[in-house]
Amino acid sequence: MPSVAVIDYGMGNLHSISKALQYAEPEVNVFLTSDADTILAADRVVFPGVGGIRDCIQALEKLQLTEVINDAVKNKPFLGICLGMQALLSNSEENEGIDCLNIIPGQVRCFSKDIIDSQGYKLKIPHMGWNEVTQEQNNHPLWQNIPQHSRFYFVHSYYVKPDDSQFSTATTCYPEPFSCALKHNNIFAVQFHPEKSQSVGIQLLQNFLHWDGTN
Amino acid sequence: MSLAKRIIPCLDVDNGRVVKGVNFINIRDAGDPVEIAKRYDREGADEITFLDITASSDNRATMVHVVEQVANSVFIPLTVGGGIRTLEDISRMLNAGADKVGINTAAVFTPEFVCEAALRFGSQCIVVAIDAKKVSQPHEPERWEIFTHGGRKPTGLDAILWAQKMVDLGAGEILLTSMDRDGTREGFDLPLTRAISDAVSVPVIASGGVGNLDHLVKGVTEGKADAVLAASIFHFGDYSIQQAKQCMADNNIVVRL
Repeated sequence: MPSVAVIDYGMGNLHSISKALQYAEPEVNVFLTSDADTILAADRVVFPGVGGIRDCIQALEKLQLTEVINDAVKNKPFLGICLGMQALLSNSEENEGIDCLNIIPGQVRCFSKDIIDSQGYKLKIPHMGWNEVTQEQNNHPLWQNIPQHSRFYFVHSYYVKPDDSQFSTATTCYPEPFSCALKHNNIFAVQFHPEKSQSVGIQLLQNFLHWDGTN
Repeated sequence: MSLAKRIIPCLDVDNGRVVKGVNFINIRDAGDPVEIAKRYDREGADEITFLDITASSDNRATMVHVVEQVANSVFIPLTVGGGIRTLEDISRMLNAGADKVGINTAAVFTPEFVCEAALRFGSQCIVVAIDAKKVSQPHEPERWEIFTHGGRKPTGLDAILWAQKMVDLGAGEILLTSMDRDGTREGFDLPLTRAISDAVSVPVIASGGVGNLDHLVKGVTEGKADAVLAASIFHFGDYSIQQAKQCMADNNIVVRL
């Protein structure tokens, strides 16, 4: 049976992502693990995470997972979610500036505060709730059977800004457009939570579990 | 288009069963939490909140089981409130599949708990529940205070200052309940909702008093709430979540349809 390793480094609700992967594809072995060998042996890797970036990077180092992730992103389908996406960039403004894994060149930035939208509502931080995802016209396999402008569930206070816009495969507005999904060879990464985005989220996970890592 | 305003059905759970009180006194049984959660998910609920009103802590394990079962097949955000007093309580709920926990009484008695919880688990999963009641006289400027024990005990804490303090300590969201309106079906306390929403930087969920769909609309348009929560109008089949969303959309509110 094909296998997927969900990297467990103590950041967030991993029950949901494991259950959602299993629900998306009952015929897959889901391993919730921090074990390097299990991660490297799996067919696919999911790198989830919620919380602060400093804790995230520290936890990865403590568990000696930094190298494992650097290896995994080279040769198999890899999905970063939320903090697991942000950690892939070069550095983050959070916690007074933190160096990240530098796998996708770019920055993680903070949303501006006290912004009023066109309807007169104050934009709250975190950006929390269901927002529209505009897929770029590049037909990435992970968007298969997901209607353009579907709403996904977000909860975050920082957003990614890749150095090169070719890494971006979808955007969301809050109120300015930002990259909510990145692609880079066999890596796909999303700011929203597919495991909390009902049917469109399950579809994306199913696409990932069937993806061979090519664009 | 922009971020959708959320509709959140709330399930009051006692000993593993869904109930709903009128002013927290008369309770009617409306069924199995797992089945109801699935129904709400199918109808398009944006999140589901479980409020554990089980009196005895012996039965708290029941709630963990309910959350686990729901999280196995419902893939939208789940919040659990009621009886969350320690980091261990939070950890147990998050591991069972909850995305957020609501902290209420514990925040009033030990505000630092909110800070500890946010540092440990991240602000995104810490919802501070605020039960407020109007204390000003009709001729005075409006003022609300925090009450505990189902609205019976005043604390002397000003609701707006308290909400701001909770956000400073790390609350990622505020669940605001008007104890004057809860269970009355007369609509949200809109001036209260508006005052809190304007005073804090994080999302505010309006709660307490929803009796019809127009109340939900006003919670957003007049109360400036980011999300609206209701229990009985959905439980007893007065309205479906779909009808609620359609009504919001008809009133030019952005919703996920």
